[in-house]
Amino acid sequence: MEHRKLVCICCPMGCTLDIALNGIEILGITGHNCSKGKIYGEKECTAPVRTLTTTIETVNGCSKRIPVKTELDIPKEKLFDCVKELKNIQVTAPIHIGDVILKNIADTGVNIVATAECESANE
Amino acid sequence: MQEIDLLIIGGGPAGLAAAVAAKEQGINNILILERESRLGGILNQCIHNGFGLHIFKEELTGPEYAHRFVQRIESLNIAYKTSTMVIDMNKDRQVTAVNKRDGVFTIKAKAIVLAMGCRERPRGALNIPGARCAGILTAGTAQRFVNMEGMLPGKNIVILGSGDIGLIMARRMTLEGARVLAVVELLPYSAGLTRNLVQCLDDFNIPLLLSHTVTKIIGKDRVEGVYIAPVDNNRKPLQDHEIYIACDTLLLSVGLLPENELSKRAGIKLSPLTGGAEVNQDRETNIEGIFSCGNVLHVHDLVDHVTEEGYIAGEAAAKFLRNPVRSAAQVPVKASKSVRYVVPQFINTQDMNRSLDLSFRVTDMYIDQYVSVYFDTIRVFHQKRKILTPGEMQKVKIPMDTLQNCSKYNEASILVEEE
Amino acid sequence: MYDVIIIGAGVIGTSIARELSRYDLKLCVLEKEIDIAMGTTKANSAIVHAGFDAKPGTLKAKLNATGNSMFDQLAREIDFHFKRNGSLVLCFDEKGLNQLRLLLKQGAQNGVPGLALLDRAAVLNMEPNLSDHVEAALYAPTGGIVCPFEMAIGLAENAFQNGAAFFFENKVLDIKKSSFAYEVITDKNTYISKMVINAAGVHADEINNLVSSHKLHLIPRRGEYCVFDKDVGSFVQHTIFQLPTKLGKGVLVTPTVDGNLLIGPNASDIVDKEDTSTTRFGLEEILCKAGLSVKQIPTHAIISSYAGLRAHPAEDDFIIGEVSGAKGFINVAGIESPGLSCAPSIGVMVASMVVETLTPAKNRHFNPIRKGVPHFHEMCIEDRQSLIARNSLYGNIVCRCETVSEGEIMSAIHRPLGATTLDGIKRRTRAGSGRCQGGFCMTRVLEILSRELRIEPTEVTKYGRCSKLLLGKNKEDL
Repeated sequence: MEHRKLVCICCPMGCTLDIALNGIEILGITGHNCSKGKIYGEKECTAPVRTLTTTIETVNGCSKRIPVKTELDIPKEKLFDCVKELKNIQVTAPIHIGDVILKNIADTGVNIVATAECESANE
Repeated sequence: MQEIDLLIIGGGPAGLAAAVAAKEQGINNILILERESRLGGILNQCIHNGFGLHIFKEELTGPEYAHRFVQRIESLNIAYKTSTMVIDMNKDRQVTAVNKRDGVFTIKAKAIVLAMGCRERPRGALNIPGARCAGILTAGTAQRFVNMEGMLPGKNIVILGSGDIGLIMARRMTLEGARVLAVVELLPYSAGLTRNLVQCLDDFNIPLLLSHTVTKIIGKDRVEGVYIAPVDNNRKPLQDHEIYIACDTLLLSVGLLPENELSKRAGIKLSPLTGGAEVNQDRETNIEGIFSCGNVLHVHDLVDHVTEEGYIAGEAAAKFLRNPVRSAAQVPVKASKSVRYVVPQFINTQDMNRSLDLSFRVTDMYIDQYVSVYFDTIRVFHQKRKILTPGEMQKVKIPMDTLQNCSKYNEASILVEEE
Repeated sequence: MYDVIIIGAGVIGTSIARELSRYDLKLCVLEKEIDIAMGTTKANSAIVHAGFDAKPGTLKAKLNATGNSMFDQLAREIDFHFKRNGSLVLCFDEKGLNQLRLLLKQGAQNGVPGLALLDRAAVLNMEPNLSDHVEAALYAPTGGIVCPFEMAIGLAENAFQNGAAFFFENKVLDIKKSSFAYEVITDKNTYISKMVINAAGVHADEINNLVSSHKLHLIPRRGEYCVFDKDVGSFVQHTIFQLPTKLGKGVLVTPTVDGNLLIGPNASDIVDKEDTSTTRFGLEEILCKAGLSVKQIPTHAIISSYAGLRAHPAEDDFIIGEVSGAKGFINVAGIESPGLSCAPSIGVMVASMVVETLTPAKNRHFNPIRKGVPHFHEMCIEDRQSLIARNSLYGNIVCRCETVSEGEIMSAIHRPLGATTLDGIKRRTRAGSGRCQGGFCMTRVLEILSRELRIEPTEVTKYGRCSKLLLGKNKEDL
């Protein structure tokens, strides 16, 4: 059994959670002051997730870069795999918010979508 | 000279909200002047998410949040000029601006909303000794290089300042392949959100050195390293305990300064506590018909609050345009014990038909204490707060009935007390 | 083969070049850095001294008052900012008052006009922010302020437009003397010339020592400064001095010609001639000493600090003259304060030495007038309008703090001896000199440089050599 300590991020209280684990099996959580904290602690220890936001080069756009994000949370350990996969991608303008830039990034089942508008440079 | 009913200086979240609010109140002759090539302000380079949890009940990235308002501007047919720099303003509400297409032009406005945002405090203002070579820049400038140009201003980075901008850039640089060697913070705590400490530093094992500062920058043509030292209780560096960190870049996230150069030219009274204008609850400055909102008024943490403040200023500007008369009766609001500043700094007692929101910041961290508001010596508001930190702007809502007859008092004050 | 090679493109080298370009001479300037004015000239007090400070009979004394008097015409011809704001040397006790009386006498001997001793009331009336401990002051109405690198760039462009060649990034490694010429060997090329003028700043001793058996030793003396926001630019109107010491004129408090407040310098002798770093001790020292002259220095308004080196000679006077045993090799060395003030008169003096030796004809096409980069922020609305009508890029403001337009930046790049670095733009246009210190405009200026010079953004430097601003592209190391 091991104990992991982490700070909950759900609200400014920042409670220090103490999670007892056996491998990926949660044995118990203490230190939380609400149910949100308990849920966060469990998830963070067994299957932590993050959203990735980054930018991609555009082609023929009014701006040089288009900001993008993972449409849903992805496993935290896949962050760098995702970034690497986006390394040489370019997107041609026009681009709209929500446009799918890349499907199923790094085998997560999650799409990469645009988060800004980018008009064609010709307009 | 062009005549405009409502001129809005700045097309970022504050200006956009003010424009939308004023238009919805029936003002049609509105013009927004924005210096970038598109509306949205600083949000366009804030590609991370965390915006809009209050206003939209969704978690959006900066550009997505901005887009919601740009869409409103377009659908409401509100006029704006981009790539236009305002270079002067006077107390008669005459504004001079310049762009490539129109050249230099002057506008006479019946009302103005100031929404110019902030600039970053530079290295020079901290007087950090050492070299003045390439590789020393503020976090916001680095953010622009990385997010708008796709370029890395450095690859082995030390960040001074653990506020949210510094933390966000720590993550940004790491995810673009650079190494962030340390985040150095003068105070014994970080003013950034806990979420950012976890997701920007802990996630990437970036060390946070609290109660430390940069004492010297070394480099000939480009930064080669920095000296870091712990600080004592007076925040003075302990030179004998300096350590050297080899790096090629120093990013500075050491404070935002409301950009009130235009306000000064017009004779707007500024508060030394906020760096922004002194305003009443309508966000009206000492000059009739000139309103201020967003970061140019006081530095916010959440863009949602900037939007709310923009709405207040826009609505108030609309009201002023319909009836340009202001009450002379204003009760000052003082930031007292443990409160660093409060906005608004005045209560206009003429219109007390709604509740009063006070935004404030505390000087230190307080647990399980009370926020109190007094009119002279009478306590009119008393609320327990579990946690108060300087890094998080606080709000209290004084109910309408408490405010009746407040004009008879000399001053209001807000403070934190133990009971 | 050249008639004259000038080593060093600081204010002295460029002043000499400009004077020499009045003649039909094949002339070139060799500069080891990427731009004009990158040594002492870009980091000093920027004061045009009245001339009472120099010991009578010295070169400093002979050249100061004359040089000072040449600034009005020169500033008009070369188009740089110059203002005669007047100087005040303060004293705080009887002993100091006696020293002021000596300076008054010395000034008269040196030909300095208008000197007067003022009593406490008169001084405080002139300058309300001075310390209450002030007893009296020496008032020198001819004292002035200038932008030294703006001046040097102007002089260089005028010299160039009148036929002088400039070679940058050419560091002199060796000089060989033959019977009829000098062979000047740099890291890029070899240049042959009848005469050589050594205006190499802190390195002038090294250059001299390549040729002369009489070795020179110059000590790099570092001075640190703090620059304050224009908001406090009228904290004082005159240049405020304390009594001079052995180490120099002491810490002064002065407005700059651009409207900032400037405090400094201290004086510390160092070894490394390339070390222009500021120090904690030095910055504290200048603020502390300046605090003796004025009440409550507005330290909240500091926007920047810098340090510069001046070449201090053991002899304590300028070293200007032909090297014995090396005919045609002229030293212009040890040009510490009042070097900037003497730049016009040194230019004339050295030019006349060359003319006496080479007896050239006059340059019939010499044009004394040079126009600098237009300054949008100084113009009236009509001039701004016509500027933008001619070129719409003047309507695109790039530097918000100093109101500098893209048109000015383009002019700075594309004019002769144009800027190729971020600092080069800053020195020609003021973009980046303001209160945000380039926070807003750095990305934009870099983009313009990359576009106009047709170089990758990663090739743009702050000031040449290895001072790259961008180290790569996003994700390239992943």
